Amino acid sequence: MVRGPNPDAPDGEVLVSVNDLVVRYGDLTAVDGVSFTARQGEVLALLGPNGAGKTSTVETLEGYRRPASGTVRVCGLDPVTEHHSVVQRIGVMLQGGGIHNQMRVGETLSLFAAYYPDPLDPAGLAARVGLDHRMRSTWRSLSGGEQQRLSLALAVIGRPEVVFLDEPTAGVDPAGRVTVRELITELGDEGVCVVLTTHDLADAEKVADRVVVVDHGRVLADGTIAALTATARTSFTFSVEVATDSAASVDESALGAVLGAAVTDEGRGRYRVGTSPSPDVVAALTSWLAARNLGLGDLHAGRRSLEDVFLELTGDDADGHGENEP
Amino acid sequence: MRAWWAQTTSELRLTLRNGEQLLVGIIIPLVVLVFFSLVAIVPLPDGVTARVDVVAPGVLALAVMSSAMVSLGIGTGFERQYGVLKRLGATPLGRGRWLAAKVTSVLVLIAAQMAVLVPVALALGWDPTGPVLALVPALLAGAAAFAGIGLLMAGTLRGTLTLALANGLYLVFLLLGGMVFPLDELPSAVANVAQLLPPAALTGAVGDATGTSGAPGGATAWAVLVIWALGAPAVAAWRFRWE
Repeated sequence: MVRGPNPDAPDGEVLVSVNDLVVRYGDLTAVDGVSFTARQGEVLALLGPNGAGKTSTVETLEGYRRPASGTVRVCGLDPVTEHHSVVQRIGVMLQGGGIHNQMRVGETLSLFAAYYPDPLDPAGLAARVGLDHRMRSTWRSLSGGEQQRLSLALAVIGRPEVVFLDEPTAGVDPAGRVTVRELITELGDEGVCVVLTTHDLADAEKVADRVVVVDHGRVLADGTIAALTATARTSFTFSVEVATDSAASVDESALGAVLGAAVTDEGRGRYRVGTSPSPDVVAALTSWLAARNLGLGDLHAGRRSLEDVFLELTGDDADGHGENEP
Repeated sequence: MRAWWAQTTSELRLTLRNGEQLLVGIIIPLVVLVFFSLVAIVPLPDGVTARVDVVAPGVLALAVMSSAMVSLGIGTGFERQYGVLKRLGATPLGRGRWLAAKVTSVLVLIAAQMAVLVPVALALGWDPTGPVLALVPALLAGAAAFAGIGLLMAGTLRGTLTLALANGLYLVFLLLGGMVFPLDELPSAVANVAQLLPPAALTGAVGDATGTSGAPGGATAWAVLVIWALGAPAVAAWRFRWE
């Protein structure tokens, strides 16, 4: 399911703004001129491979790092110089939890509830993230997915206006993933501004109103999923049905000459045509096949997936970066 | 107030959940107190008749060292290593209330140690004969000095290194602090250096408050203690790294 843009989002107040942010660690430039904004009620995913600068960006918004240049604002405030005011209004989920090994689930929720003036009910929140049967379990004894769900609960217990989630589904099993995604979607619906980082395309596709694709510290694309995936196609693929005993095959250069575009063999009877699948092109293709008694198996001219966009933008194999994955 | 109290009770609960904290904080001082009060191993200083009169002040100093330096240092060191302090930095708790909670929990632990050790010492025949109210500033200054050392380790070293170093210092300070072996039994060069360290200064100050101890008291001991009580936390605050 691809969520459309939240109808309230365009009107919401800008709660997070990042303007030409540069973050450096010594000689290493982790973030190199990133800009974006996120509004009340909007779920924004910072999508990119590991090392893209996502965590550095989010940790600057949380007040842990100072920008080398550029500015960040959360609820209009500077996260470093106005840290005390910012932490009243944000919720944070760090990579790696940061909870004492021997703290129990119930104790941790109650402790964090005590930090905030008007917290959510710990027991109700535990039930919401599916940990109500684990209240007496220590952090150490929780599975990776349970730890992530507790961290998520702690990020929202103070009724924040802005929530920062760093890789919220990393290490979470498929059922837990559904719970986490539901909770994030609910937060957006309740008017919370959610900024999450992920290298998981499915996360971005399922929960985000808007995706900012980053790699090597730079923004490569910024828009709704619909906008990112709707840009004009530059190629399409088709397959031919060939009887196993037949030697018939597609002559790529001959077909390419007819269609006026490059045709490449992708293997197993599938070919890619380097032009958009306009009605004229499709008609020419089918009659060319018919003349050679080749059956058309399928023709894939649909919307690009976010994965296509992502791979095209980052020029990388997204799966090759999944080292945080279970 | 609510956040501070919740944090303090949480700190205390976690301390009690650790068996080794109980060992270092209560059992070892208790064993040292009883054993060295009853068994004639260490020579008695001139003019002292009851062995416990020398041992008890040292054991109170030892108890303060275990809570303020060992427990606090090791606990905080691991909290830093596991990102607990980093996570707290994104909550409204704040460093002020976090530190207040740490201080309160250490003071509660020390009070609990005193509540166990003092009655046992009295039962063993301890007869404090000094301005006993001076015990309070002595123990507080000692707690500040040792907490400064513990937090300096916790805030600059890895958790496992803090664990090793805090336990190592505990043993060295036990031997150099006049807690069990009177300082004048040590080679004079060693004793001269030891007098400038917080354990001997604290033992001496406690001895001033209760009559006698295994370390020299007087102005020198109090001055050394106060310098450490102010200096060690200041250096810890300056060098402490939260991540």
